[in-house]
Amino acid sequence: MIEALGAHIAVLHSAKSGSVHAPSIDYAALSPILIVLGTACVGIVVEAFSPRRTRRAIQFVLAVAALLTAGAAVVWQAGANLTTAAGAVAIDSAGLFFQGSIIVLGLLAVLLIAEQKLERGGAFAVQPAESVRNSTNTEVFPLTMFALAGMLLFVTANDLLVMFVALEVLSLPLYLLCGLARRRRLLSQEAAMKYFLLGAFASAFFLYGVALLYGYAGTVSLGGIAGAVAHGPSPTLGGHGSQTLLLLGLALLVVGLLFKAGAAPFHSWTPDVYQGAPTPITALMAACTKVAAFGAIARVLYVCFDKASQDWRPILVAVAIVTMATGAILAITQTDIKRLLAYSSIANAGFILTGTVTLSAAGLSATMFYLVAYGFMTLGALGVVMTVRDAGGEANHISRWAGLARRSPAVAGVMTFFMLAFAGIPLTSGFTSKFAVFSAAFSAGSLELVVVGVIASMVLVFPYLRLVVLMYTAEPAADSAVVQLPGGPTRLAIAVGALATLVLGVAPGPLLELASNAAHFVA
Amino acid sequence: MANFPLFSVLIAVPLLGVALIAVLPRRAEQLAKPIALGTALVVFAGTVAMWFGWRTDGPRFQYTESHTWIPQFGSAFALGADGIAAVMVALVGVLVPIVVLASWHDAESGKHSVRAFFALVLVLESFMLGVFAATDVLVFYVFFEVMLVPMYFLISSYGGPRRQYAAVKFFLYSLVGGLLMLASVVGLYAISSNRLGKGTFSFEALLSLHIDPATQRWLFLGFFIAFAIKAPLIPFHTWLPDASAQAPIGVSVLLVGALDKVGTYGMLRYCLPLFGSAAYDFAPWIIGLSVAGVLYGAILAVGQNDMKRLVAYTSIAHFGFIALGVFAFTAQAGTGAVLYMVNHGLSVGALFLVVGFLISRRNSSLISDFGGMARLMPWIAGVFLIAGLSALSLPGTNSFASEFLILIGAFSAHKAATIVATVGIIFAALFVLWLYQQTMHGPPIPELAAEDSPARRAISDITAREVAVISPLIALIVLLGVYPQPVIDVINPAVDRTLADLHISSGR
Repeated sequence: MIEALGAHIAVLHSAKSGSVHAPSIDYAALSPILIVLGTACVGIVVEAFSPRRTRRAIQFVLAVAALLTAGAAVVWQAGANLTTAAGAVAIDSAGLFFQGSIIVLGLLAVLLIAEQKLERGGAFAVQPAESVRNSTNTEVFPLTMFALAGMLLFVTANDLLVMFVALEVLSLPLYLLCGLARRRRLLSQEAAMKYFLLGAFASAFFLYGVALLYGYAGTVSLGGIAGAVAHGPSPTLGGHGSQTLLLLGLALLVVGLLFKAGAAPFHSWTPDVYQGAPTPITALMAACTKVAAFGAIARVLYVCFDKASQDWRPILVAVAIVTMATGAILAITQTDIKRLLAYSSIANAGFILTGTVTLSAAGLSATMFYLVAYGFMTLGALGVVMTVRDAGGEANHISRWAGLARRSPAVAGVMTFFMLAFAGIPLTSGFTSKFAVFSAAFSAGSLELVVVGVIASMVLVFPYLRLVVLMYTAEPAADSAVVQLPGGPTRLAIAVGALATLVLGVAPGPLLELASNAAHFVA
Repeated sequence: MANFPLFSVLIAVPLLGVALIAVLPRRAEQLAKPIALGTALVVFAGTVAMWFGWRTDGPRFQYTESHTWIPQFGSAFALGADGIAAVMVALVGVLVPIVVLASWHDAESGKHSVRAFFALVLVLESFMLGVFAATDVLVFYVFFEVMLVPMYFLISSYGGPRRQYAAVKFFLYSLVGGLLMLASVVGLYAISSNRLGKGTFSFEALLSLHIDPATQRWLFLGFFIAFAIKAPLIPFHTWLPDASAQAPIGVSVLLVGALDKVGTYGMLRYCLPLFGSAAYDFAPWIIGLSVAGVLYGAILAVGQNDMKRLVAYTSIAHFGFIALGVFAFTAQAGTGAVLYMVNHGLSVGALFLVVGFLISRRNSSLISDFGGMARLMPWIAGVFLIAGLSALSLPGTNSFASEFLILIGAFSAHKAATIVATVGIIFAALFVLWLYQQTMHGPPIPELAAEDSPARRAISDITAREVAVISPLIALIVLLGVYPQPVIDVINPAVDRTLADLHISSGR
């Protein structure tokens, strides 16, 4: 840690004196990020130079290949426990776990993004569907890769400024992607605008927090701030050391992160954006962005502010409670399937936070497991949402799902399985993950979180069950939505999501083991 | 044979049957029925083997096995049975083939697939065997919760006109209970990991925890409310009449006969030994609820005009009796309670099935649509009488021994409550005999009065399939009525051990 600090200072000093000594960079450790980022850049070149008809195939293959390679690189780096780039990036087991999760879930999201059979030209369009019927939009692939690269950096950033840069790298493409829906474009553009404006606010909060923390500790590196919190600011760095700066900075920083995680009271963008965004992008956000946001939250809290936990923990416990309650209660009244899943994702953010705020190794590994389990579930469920359609595109109003089981028992069965998993029925990953976070919270003495979590789970059963009831028993109306057979990639994504949800419920041992072994950050 | 993983096999066999049914081609859908029956009979044979291999002087848990499952949570897929679990497993093994045969034509109304019905019954059987055979609290919890899913679909897809309402009510009630229990399970795990260094769910390891009384109370309540909803005791009972009245007959048999027994089974097997001090603290209240349930169920049964609802209310009264036996904390009452669980499963099964025979002849479950039926179908009337007498615990039928054991066992400890509960027996006689008289005797209703009326010609006496369905139950009712000793011999040591654990964990 001291070396890292020293290197950091050296960089600052050399910048002043004019002679730049580039910090040493461990390219192997950074390879997952570099691969995805590089592919994003290559993707832009492909956009410019490859002929229109082959572009789509090239982009898709490129994206899948890059994610597979990046995944292999993460596996190759397994066991690494180091900081590189002058201590700005930490490649540790928890970071690698988060990176691996983002890559696997991102791969499934890319499969959904590549869907073309349900809609001519895919779900994305730059112009309204009516004017350019056959246009395809292939820029979504490089944009997605940029977002994923940002997420990969976000969960390994060991420096608040790097974290901020990563936050922007992951956010900006997502703002764009939200506005690209072929159908219901006004809703989509409104979502993008809302997400962008609120996201910009959140970034500003984050940056202000970074500035105040710099004032407190005299450094933006997580290790440096952790040292300042533990022993007071080091005189060589010239931090102010005021407790007010620390608490204000921490509060603003956490607001920015909780915004991305979709925790109440910073959740109000979630339903609108989830509803308006093209469904594959909703899936990308619900699965990957959530992992990234919680990865960063966990790193900041565990590495930096562990020693100040008595100051912030009660507040975050309250945030978790409010988040679970808000998500669960508002989910009841939803009539749009994507808004329902959005409120469910808010409630799940609360459950995940329940594990994170325990500040124990068990809590961290529970958080990690939950994120993966939830990611598979929500990707699969949103994949199913893509296939239920009528003449106007996806039929998202849940009344349109009435009697779906009559016409398409298999799809209704898969959706029912996902709903049972969301509800936390045993033998699905939903149960295992809830059990993991609740037991971590109970062991840490946070009984109130367990009680609220259990009550929120009870409340949430109702909206999930309502969809099941509707699919199985209501008589299908003449204009009810029908299931269209999606293309191979989408089918694969749904199947993997369902299979993972089952396996993580029936035999969760290996992933729990992996998570508990990976549950530590490099200091 | 000692190392043969009997319970794993019993749990897996129905799932294999489900896999077979799933791969049937669409035109061979009807083959699902014989496959389901064959599978259930294989399981039955397995439970018979268990029964004859049981050593009453053997260790507390027999046929034990343990497989690594989730080591991170200290949970193993551990199975095994004490005497209490063994008789419940046997009950499931007996009831499911009967239910499959009884439901032969029930799923044919067309809207939902025949094979899904039989597949769901088999899935339910597998989960019920799992819940009774679990010796790991997390495994128990998992089966306890997941049982809801096949039962929900059996009611909601194949039930009567108000099936939706009934199924959702059943699901929500049970799940609320289950989640309360989850909080307690989590608490138990956290305490075990604080005390033992590493969290565990092994039932036998948890027995040694000595949890302090204040904590016990909360954990007890989480478990107890879940079980009281499942059993059900008043005031958690309102879902049962709806669910069992709307479910198809065979499913009602499984619901009331076997699945709900998990409630009283759980009280005895988990609440008492793990949280003894809390059990003592709450026992007066629970006995109050039980006795109230005996009277309330009986009184409401008398007022019903729907036969299925009537049987459901009689069951609420019987569950009250069983809970009274469990919380009397004497060996006699506890043994009586377990025996009553078995006997009630048999007699309520028989009663529901006969009611099903009647319903299938008149397409109505209202008592007012029947009358003077004994002349038209003397055999069914006879069977109905035996099932009814078993429900009112006539000496010579199976229920008598169990009810008697509960009453004498409870009387020494709770005289007033026992006396009040005894009044329930009079009500039981009232509702059973009244039901029998209304439907079987007296003048036939006008529609059936004329010799050659079409309604009358539609009525036939018992069919061969119905004989096959009902005769095993009647045989067991009579057999256990005259000679219950072999079953008591299996139950008694386990109850003694459970009560010994109760005294240890209560510190009294």
